[in-house]
Amino acid sequence: MRSLFNRPELGAACGVVAIWSFFSLYAGGSGFLSWAGSATYLEIASELGILAAAVSLLMIAGEFDLSVGSMIAASGMTISLFCERLGWSIWGGIAVAMALSLGVGFANGLVVVRTRLPSFIVTLGSLFILSGGTIGMTRLVTGRTQVGGLHQALHYGSAEAIFASRLGGFSVSVLWWMGITVLATWVLLRTRFGNWIFGAGGAPDAARNLGVPVPKVKIALFMTTSFCACLVATFQAVKFTGADVLRGTGKELEAILAAVLGGTLLTGGHGSVVGAAFGALIFGMVQQGIVFAGVDSDWYKVFLGAMLIVAVLVNTYVRGRMVEARR
Amino acid sequence: MRSHQSLRALIGCVAVVLAAACTKGEPSKPAGPSGTTAEAPSAPRKDVKIAVVTHGQASDTFWSVVKNGVDNAAKDLGVTVTYNAPQTFDMVAMSRLIDAEVAKKPDGLVVSIPDANALSRSIKAAVEAGIPVISINSGGDVYKQLGVLLHVGQTEYEAGFGGGEKMAAAGVKNALCVNHEVGNGSLDLRCKGFLDAVAKGGGTGKVLAVNAADPTDSKQKVSAAMGEGIDGIMTLGPLGAGPALAALKEGGGLGKVKLGTFDLTPDVLAGIRDGALEFAIDQQQYLQGYLPIVLLTQYKQYGVLPAGGILPTGPGFVTKANAAQVIELSAKGIR
Repeated sequence: MRSLFNRPELGAACGVVAIWSFFSLYAGGSGFLSWAGSATYLEIASELGILAAAVSLLMIAGEFDLSVGSMIAASGMTISLFCERLGWSIWGGIAVAMALSLGVGFANGLVVVRTRLPSFIVTLGSLFILSGGTIGMTRLVTGRTQVGGLHQALHYGSAEAIFASRLGGFSVSVLWWMGITVLATWVLLRTRFGNWIFGAGGAPDAARNLGVPVPKVKIALFMTTSFCACLVATFQAVKFTGADVLRGTGKELEAILAAVLGGTLLTGGHGSVVGAAFGALIFGMVQQGIVFAGVDSDWYKVFLGAMLIVAVLVNTYVRGRMVEARR
Repeated sequence: MRSHQSLRALIGCVAVVLAAACTKGEPSKPAGPSGTTAEAPSAPRKDVKIAVVTHGQASDTFWSVVKNGVDNAAKDLGVTVTYNAPQTFDMVAMSRLIDAEVAKKPDGLVVSIPDANALSRSIKAAVEAGIPVISINSGGDVYKQLGVLLHVGQTEYEAGFGGGEKMAAAGVKNALCVNHEVGNGSLDLRCKGFLDAVAKGGGTGKVLAVNAADPTDSKQKVSAAMGEGIDGIMTLGPLGAGPALAALKEGGGLGKVKLGTFDLTPDVLAGIRDGALEFAIDQQQYLQGYLPIVLLTQYKQYGVLPAGGILPTGPGFVTKANAAQVIELSAKGIR
């Protein structure tokens, strides 16, 4: 029982229940509870959740990655350009984009580890570089800002089956999200690498003294977040048969938000991947729930903000009660 | 215990505000036409539900006029309309707004189509679900392939070309097209039409990308570009025109550099009246909000619809000659 109360994600789970009940009450009649309605918020949650899983691991290790948003734009555009301009197989385009993302993640990590600058600043720099580079390169090559026609690329059918098909009305990305959450949780809680992640964020000096390769751990995690951004870009590029240079704008903050909703500390050393998954689910439900509730769009952001604060409050309240219960 | 109570209070507050905003989105009951056609066969008007999803950010004065058109039509007709747009120019978010609206099974759907590739999946799903769809503003080139019944708007390339011709006639040889919404294919078309017409008139030109959310940065970029001997600037909307106007004022280029823009705002109109701007291309976007609501309501009630095609709301030019009369309406959010 104690170990259950100790889990950081319990608060977020209560947040999920609270938000779901709220919209079921206010918007259940207009389709929030329907099959199609559930599918729309699960699709949003799945893509954000994949990002948030990687971002929460990185945050537990004490670092931020703000470049994931423009990494989505860069990856999607890389896939589209290689297929549309060079006539490559879509798998070739995806492979290049993944290699690019791993390279950018490695560079992010290396600069942070070597210079000891805050990762917040370093990755803000790479956010701008990637975003500007994507616009510049795309306009240089095509003279446009959106590139489509991916459905005509070689082997599109197989890529669509893996990244963009629907199972019983639900997006296949939901399965990917679950798989990645389970895998990341296993790594974090059951492997030596997971211990290193907690050590790198919670007590880096002590960890270093115990022989934990903190720089390598951080570089590997930066590569993971970048790679997950590329994965999300692949979902979107295949599903929407193309890319534009603004895809993913703001996703970096949404991913951090989902991780924090899920009980991951901004200061590092404590957190949960399952919690981040609940955080992403809260975000998806709030975002679509507002539409189902028929809120006038002028007020949309007020509600998004208010609901998220409520979710965090429920979360903190539950965690506070847990601490009391343990005494 | 105290925190428990404050939490409850907070949730209560949110619920109250939510309820208030819900009613705000609906037309006021007595505004419906008093008993004329409302008793006609099929569905009574208050049961007609129409969803509007556009790519227009709330901060854009242009889209605020479209929304005024939507809201006024809903009020005049006594139908229920919801209006949604993503918070930034984000096609993925927009397609998911459409998905959510389709799940609500409205009687009609109005969409703008700035990126057909990204939105086709969601729009086709709406058509397959049997929802009549009308496109507005962007998408005149693709609406038919997607199964959309009708497009209400202005064709982008031709409008840009018209602006370019006017610039060339004014003697512009070195033109700049300021794109404030990089990623929107319709804006790319406007720039292309504009630059083609300038080239036809014997001039040259290029595109300058600026960030709509950061007017100061946009102004600096235009200022920097002016150093290169530009004698004509075309902006693609108020979010580009404001900064360009400020850059011209600062750099002393007013009157020397010809400035034209798409779309009207009070500032743009005052600029035309005072001679700071040469002209504005008006697409009368109020109608893009108003007309589809009328058309879909009639379609739902009586099954009648214009015989397809593009219903052109523009382009028209506002110049010094007619600026004054347009100013009054613009201040009311109708032009």
